[in-house]
Amino acid sequence: MSLCFSADKLKEVQQIIARYPEGRQKSALLPVLHLAQQEFGGWLSTEVMDYVAGLLQLQPIEVYEVATFYSMYNLKPVGKHLLEVCQTGPCMLNGSEGIVAYIYERLGIRPGETTTDGLFTLKTVECLGACGYAPMLQHGKYYREHLTREKIDELIASCSAQPVSASH
Amino acid sequence: MGRKLLLEKAHVAGITTYEVYRREGGYRSVEKALKSMSPDQVTEEVKKSGLRGRGGAGFPTGMKWGFLAKPEGVPRYLVVNADESEPGTFKDRYLMEFIPHLLLEGMITSSYALGSNRSYIYIRGEYVWVAEILEKAIDEARANGWLGKNILGSGFDCDIYVHRGAGAYICGEETALLESLEGKRGNPRIKPPFPAVKGLWGCPTVVNNVETVAAVVPIINDGGEEYAKIGIGKSTGTKLISACGNINKPGVYEIDMTISVEEFIYSDEYCGGIPAGKKLKACIPGGSSVPILPANLLLKTAKGETRMMTYESLADGGFASGSMMGSGGFIVLDDSQCVVRHTYSLARFYRHESCGQCSPCREGTGWMEKILWNIETGKGKLSDIDLLWDIQRKIEGNTICPLGDAAAWPVAAAIRHFRDEFEWHVLHPDEAQQRNYGLMHYADPIHVPQPVMA
Amino acid sequence: MSSETKNTVSTVKVTIDNITIDVPAGTTILNAARMIGGDVTPPAMCYYSKLEGSGGKCRTCLVEVAAGSAADPRPMPKLVASCRTGVMEGMVVKNITSDKVKEARAGVVEFLLLNHPLDCPVCDQAGECHLQDLGYEHGKEGTRYEFERRTFEKEDIGPYIQLHMTRCILCYRCTYVADQLTDNRVHGILDRGDHAEISTHISKAIDNNFSGNMIDVCPVGALTDKTFRFKNRVWFTKPVYAHRDCPDCCGKVTLWQRGDEVLRVTARKDEWGEVCSYEGKPGWICNTCRFDKKSASDWVIEGPANINRHSVISQGHYTGLQKPKETLPEVMGGRAPKLMMDIHDVSEVNKIELSQLPGAATGNDFNSPAAKEA
Repeated sequence: MSLCFSADKLKEVQQIIARYPEGRQKSALLPVLHLAQQEFGGWLSTEVMDYVAGLLQLQPIEVYEVATFYSMYNLKPVGKHLLEVCQTGPCMLNGSEGIVAYIYERLGIRPGETTTDGLFTLKTVECLGACGYAPMLQHGKYYREHLTREKIDELIASCSAQPVSASH
Repeated sequence: MGRKLLLEKAHVAGITTYEVYRREGGYRSVEKALKSMSPDQVTEEVKKSGLRGRGGAGFPTGMKWGFLAKPEGVPRYLVVNADESEPGTFKDRYLMEFIPHLLLEGMITSSYALGSNRSYIYIRGEYVWVAEILEKAIDEARANGWLGKNILGSGFDCDIYVHRGAGAYICGEETALLESLEGKRGNPRIKPPFPAVKGLWGCPTVVNNVETVAAVVPIINDGGEEYAKIGIGKSTGTKLISACGNINKPGVYEIDMTISVEEFIYSDEYCGGIPAGKKLKACIPGGSSVPILPANLLLKTAKGETRMMTYESLADGGFASGSMMGSGGFIVLDDSQCVVRHTYSLARFYRHESCGQCSPCREGTGWMEKILWNIETGKGKLSDIDLLWDIQRKIEGNTICPLGDAAAWPVAAAIRHFRDEFEWHVLHPDEAQQRNYGLMHYADPIHVPQPVMA
Repeated sequence: MSSETKNTVSTVKVTIDNITIDVPAGTTILNAARMIGGDVTPPAMCYYSKLEGSGGKCRTCLVEVAAGSAADPRPMPKLVASCRTGVMEGMVVKNITSDKVKEARAGVVEFLLLNHPLDCPVCDQAGECHLQDLGYEHGKEGTRYEFERRTFEKEDIGPYIQLHMTRCILCYRCTYVADQLTDNRVHGILDRGDHAEISTHISKAIDNNFSGNMIDVCPVGALTDKTFRFKNRVWFTKPVYAHRDCPDCCGKVTLWQRGDEVLRVTARKDEWGEVCSYEGKPGWICNTCRFDKKSASDWVIEGPANINRHSVISQGHYTGLQKPKETLPEVMGGRAPKLMMDIHDVSEVNKIELSQLPGAATGNDFNSPAAKEA
């Protein structure tokens, strides 16, 4: 089965391309890859990248080069909820290591791992620009800041309770 | 209470909406510029204001604008650098999140001065919701005639687009940012040519930080000379400082560059002191790239003068005993923190963010990280400290872009000022796993040699 | 002197390591230094004059600019990449006369070798490897790196080119070849930082009639000729210039022969290790010439190739070979020296002609009665 954006999303792709001057549709690559990752299961398979290359009239390698460069693109499947804990300097000063340890205690996953039920993936990331609100993690679109054990408990509980994918 | 120019209205209820922003006097600078000033006059005001780039390098903005090439028939671009990724820095996010129209207003005025009909905000990919706030604000501004064709009947066309990055610190470097905006890997370009001549899609381009562009609004409203009256010397105007680490009140503060570092850390108006009765050990005053200073050198210069929150005073003493204003990311370490571990975390950050294009940065950052990890985990040797020093020296200045310097400086400064802490780690490997070195002598008053009288 | 020299091609005067030369305006420092030649020329691992956009990355060609120009004689604050910095009138450049440059360059060599596997004994590039030369000329003995070296997953990129990512120094030259010589690039730089690698991502065969030129531009053994793999050491082969009438390329090549057998075909290289130019055009060769014409009868042989006399390849001289004079018989009035013992009597090994054995020599070869008799 060849994959394809919905008509709505294709319209969005056209709007993205229109932000750039004529003939500069390559500029749309980053935003379109974001869109593709969101639409096609939270990660970019080779098939998805080839599809994006076709949409933007690029060579597939141009897409692979870009997708592997930026840390937000997942090149392997991830759990439904991706928890990205910042571990850089200021977050470290405020106990980010304890947060990673507590998530392991609760979910049994270390950075880079996914729970067996496919619900959670834990990642450590470098500075997300929330240093004043440390420790923090990114969950889908939003930042969860001033983390405590209780807030992690709440987050895990609310994610586990969700019947369908609400994070993107 | 210091004077506020950017965040004065940030807490007015509903200021993110166009109606409230406009009611509070928003978009006056666009009216003034488009109706009564020529583009060159706007640039002239910015020159007069003495505004310096707020992204980190502190280059005079008016001068940067003056370098922009203006060949006939070639479009010019203004690109706003909102790829805020320097550890310790989160001021641009604050500004965009709470008062997005201020950035747009500054952009329209600046675009007019530069002749950019299509301006972009390159925002770091993780700030998803901030990008949405900006897009909503852009729609509002367009609906109210501040964007689009023939703005205010002036004949000037301008549109603004948000472009989200996807997770790469290096895209904060202006040429890497342009590559990324062109849909490529964020590899910095080799300069020359500079963006002012060949930037986005080969056209003349100015890349300015969010805060820099926002500061154009008060400059045009009040005049460059008024703006220049605020502050000390060449540190004119106000500066956003994002304070974090071990302080009671982390957050974003607008300072008018007349206060001392000590006041900034301990006064209740700003950081509110160190929590839990702990003591100040060290501080990185301008984002993770700039040199870390021990408490004593932070509060007073080597000459024994009070250190102020200005570009000049923070840099007083050069790298031997000073630091830099940088991006304004103010990271405070209390006496329970380990400088070795903190330096390791920064080294890991720079290794992770190196684009891999040039060899000193690609290979050197990873090497430093590994050695620091050894020292931190009790497997280091005394010679490793000298080796680290030599590696950073061979990276600094020898790379394509400033990321090499940014990776080298924190390591250099940590060894320069905290060498005994590194040595303690090596000589007491087991103890170093149990406890931290502590404050030791890092807050002792500095001996200032007195001139010998004849 | 009239002032009517404006319309002629303007030249600028630049001084490199105390040697002054006039070069056309717009020349880079590196190319100006190449015009002078010799040790004054900075080494270049990523710059390739025939590939647009190359250079600036490896940092081996860093030089000190002691005076920016006659108009602004201030020194430049940092060392600059000579391959990407243009000369100015009155510029003063220090290369080997600068201690800063020598130190920085030794640092760059150390960085380039940091994760390099140093598998020269099994590397087909050995003997013509620019990284070997660079390390020998500008590096220090030994490394201070105590960690495990970086490795990559192996990737097969087709029947003609062997990719050894561990040896790659990320000069990007091969990507420029693919961009500028072939109609669509299928390989590129993936990932970033110290994990950046040359890859197709999908193990796709690189299949284009000019793709083989990636082998010629690769300064190290990262991209080598699969049809030559483990066939021979380059210094045992005999390089000769040859040509054929090729419909696709210039057809001017170097054949690397052993006896009459053609082991390898490459483009011809100039003194900087780049492919030679003919009438201003780079002499890239097509894959047909490179991989399919492996018989001496396919070619018109012109004669021995020019090989730098410092190269290990020129150890095997083929023409004009002059044996060193045997001085002993001369001083002894024509008598052979009297040896204390004849080594052939003591060492059994020397009685065996190793090259005559069908396979590798084993203990039996030396212990067999035949060997003892021989």
